[in-house]
Amino acid sequence: MQLQSVEARYGPVKALHGISLDVAAGELVAVLGANGAGKTTTLRAVSGTVRRTGDVVFDGRKLPRRPDAAARAGIAHVPEGRGTFSELSVWENLRLGAYTRRGSIKDDAQRVFKYFPRLDERKGQQAGTLSGGEQQMLALGRAMMARPKLVLLDEPSLGLAPMLVKEIFERLERMRADEGVAVLVVEQNANLALAHAARAYVLEVGNVVVSGASEELRANESVRRSYLGY
Amino acid sequence: MRLKLALEVLGLLALAALIAVMPQLVSSFTAYEMATVGMYFIALLGLSILTGYSGQISLGHGAFMAIGGYTTAVLSVNGVYGHHIRDLWTIPIAGVVAGVAGLLVGIPALRLSGLYLALITFGIAVSFRQIPLKFDHFLGGTSGKVLSLLKTPFGLSATPNNWIYYLTWGIAFVLLVAAWLFVRGKPGRTLKAIRDSEIAAASSGISLARYKTLAFAMSAFYAGVAGSLYAIARGFMNPDVFPIVLSVYLVAALALGGVDSFLGLIVGASAIYVLVNRTADVTQWINHLPAVNLNPQRPGMPDVIFGAVLIVVLIILPTGVGGALRRLFGPLTSRLYSKS
Amino acid sequence: MYIAAFTWTEFAQQITAGVRQGAVFAGLALALVIIYRSTRAINFAQGEMATFTTFVCWSLMNHGLSFWAAFPIVLVIAFVGGVTIERTIIRPVENGPVITIVIVTLGLALLLNGLMSVIWGGGNRPFNGPFSTRTIDVGGVPISVQDIGIVAVSFVLVGLLALFFRFTKLGLGLRAAALNRDSSELVGVRVGWMLAFGWGLAAVLGAVAGMMVAPILFLDPNMMQTILLYAFAAAVLGGLDSPVGAVVGGLLLGVAITLLGRYVGFIGDTLKLPTALLLILLVLLVKPNGLFGRVAVRRV
Repeated sequence: MQLQSVEARYGPVKALHGISLDVAAGELVAVLGANGAGKTTTLRAVSGTVRRTGDVVFDGRKLPRRPDAAARAGIAHVPEGRGTFSELSVWENLRLGAYTRRGSIKDDAQRVFKYFPRLDERKGQQAGTLSGGEQQMLALGRAMMARPKLVLLDEPSLGLAPMLVKEIFERLERMRADEGVAVLVVEQNANLALAHAARAYVLEVGNVVVSGASEELRANESVRRSYLGY
Repeated sequence: MRLKLALEVLGLLALAALIAVMPQLVSSFTAYEMATVGMYFIALLGLSILTGYSGQISLGHGAFMAIGGYTTAVLSVNGVYGHHIRDLWTIPIAGVVAGVAGLLVGIPALRLSGLYLALITFGIAVSFRQIPLKFDHFLGGTSGKVLSLLKTPFGLSATPNNWIYYLTWGIAFVLLVAAWLFVRGKPGRTLKAIRDSEIAAASSGISLARYKTLAFAMSAFYAGVAGSLYAIARGFMNPDVFPIVLSVYLVAALALGGVDSFLGLIVGASAIYVLVNRTADVTQWINHLPAVNLNPQRPGMPDVIFGAVLIVVLIILPTGVGGALRRLFGPLTSRLYSKS
Repeated sequence: MYIAAFTWTEFAQQITAGVRQGAVFAGLALALVIIYRSTRAINFAQGEMATFTTFVCWSLMNHGLSFWAAFPIVLVIAFVGGVTIERTIIRPVENGPVITIVIVTLGLALLLNGLMSVIWGGGNRPFNGPFSTRTIDVGGVPISVQDIGIVAVSFVLVGLLALFFRFTKLGLGLRAAALNRDSSELVGVRVGWMLAFGWGLAAVLGAVAGMMVAPILFLDPNMMQTILLYAFAAAVLGGLDSPVGAVVGGLLLGVAITLLGRYVGFIGDTLKLPTALLLILLVLLVKPNGLFGRVAVRRV
């Protein structure tokens, strides 16, 4: 997947000033940056939930700017706040994950339950009654139901205890390795993101300022001072 | 600001002059028609205070007009302890009775948000006609109550039609000034604050309850006065004088005209007049179009046009005709309320 | 207030009549709820839409079709009509203030009402329903076949709808679109079409309600006006966003109104409507979200 000098705006306010980035198949890439740097907007530009100019090329084809088109092309976006349907049951949320697909979803559900056995136990429960960690699992599980080629993940650590965050990232890593999905993750916690991602982009006020392999970024003086805090 | 105030006062004076000379320029029947438009204008004025300034919606103002009409009918036909009251003096009483009814609706309305209020008031519009049917010995049932013929009192030389014209527009002018003062003063500013953000208004210590109820009562008072005048002009009162659909027309006319434009309210009032009183004529006008041949006995056409116009206007001009005019002509249009 | 002479047989008959009325209220209330859930507004044209489709049925029957032959055709027309209305006139104001949507539906009501007068003329006319009005004996209580038929049709329809919402992917998509637009788009639900689909379903429900009451009320352009008010009351009673509430509210209201009208002399036939109004007002004051509604928390 490639972004080619993508700009995005909310009404009169420009949030991205021409961003180019790419994610290879099966790769975990992180987007880092301060609040308001345009991290979330980058994900929204990919899934088409924000007004954008510039091309998003996915699988060699240009994506039309419609959220359902992105979903159909194989991009699963787990937004900030997880985007689960709190009034629907866990099982119904998973069914919605596979909304764009035809055919049986039993196998996919089994695979999701393998990673997140907790969801199997809570199948009939209303999603709103799950704990924060369980909801994040549900969001990931729902994304997996679509058999995506790319998962867009927005702040998976938000509001979760450090232990849980670690667990979530480990499962994410495992899922990526097993299923060969590419992941583009936005994360405030740069240490954590760089520990898991192969590469990362650092955004500042709507521009990419630094990018490269996680190792390189970790060694980069200014990145370390601004984002890693040591 | 001061210039604007002067312009507004000037506008009101010009309007007063226009009202005064109008009957000299038109026929007696046209004066009667314009009087009727004035009655709808009064009702719309009240509704504009409610909707435009406290953000409440009422689909039941036809019922308040009917309350005013029935008050006038009962007082002037049945009388009080055998004393018939001259119809002229029943007008303020009709306003007060309707206002009290509005107060009674306004209090529970405080607890209802927009949609529920719309539902309840629509319910009032639909079910009010059952009341005169139930208390038919007192309110006349379907056969209704016949008031005395419209005539000019106090030995004035005007024709009855001109008399009702002057009466209606005189009252309309007074009520317009009252609304203008109300809206410019503290109550208006408060109501606007409520409309724009109820929560913010509440947290800055404004008593929502008092002002919203006040707005409801005041708009019902206006409707009651309008209804009373209408009954006097028609000389007759039964449940069909104020049909259910009138309440819808009122809200629709307000949306069409735009809540805070004086010109818009006149346009809206005229539209209601045509819909209620000139339906057959509209069908005949349409028949002049090529390839159209409608039976004037089938009165649906005006509703079709009005409904379609309403939908189109709301889709392309969400602030109504008045709002669009204002944007076009800026400060040239005579404004009812200051926007700032 | 006097209590009319009481027999158990008559009481049972009144209950049946109440359930029959309630079934119609429930159908229309359900239509209102479906639209409310997707558009967050009340469709004031629901009654006119129902009457219009009933007129279409009447025309088809006039052209020699039997009721049951016309029935499915009318449902298809209603569905397409509902979808078209949403796409053309509701869509442009969908994100506007609720008052604007309400007024657009009022405009639609005026337009349809006038259109019916133009096409079919005013005044009421008999409508031959599918069920006979003769009575059969059910456990010692004579009940008309028509009442049983109306209740059965309404219940089957509501049941089918429940199955549809619960078990089909489309039904799930509809529910998701009504609950959370943004998240639905992200999983690939075409939210715009779902809203239109909701309007189509609502129109179908209204059409059935209209065709069921027409034989009892006679057909005229204003036929559904008071029924719409009862349906409002039923929907509010059950909580505006609860489909189950709408059905239960409709049945409760139907029975309550029938019994009050029959056994409380002061109310009689004339004051049924104001009584229903008073009832919803009381419910709203005590339980602002209805009997089954979710509590909406307003954050400051």
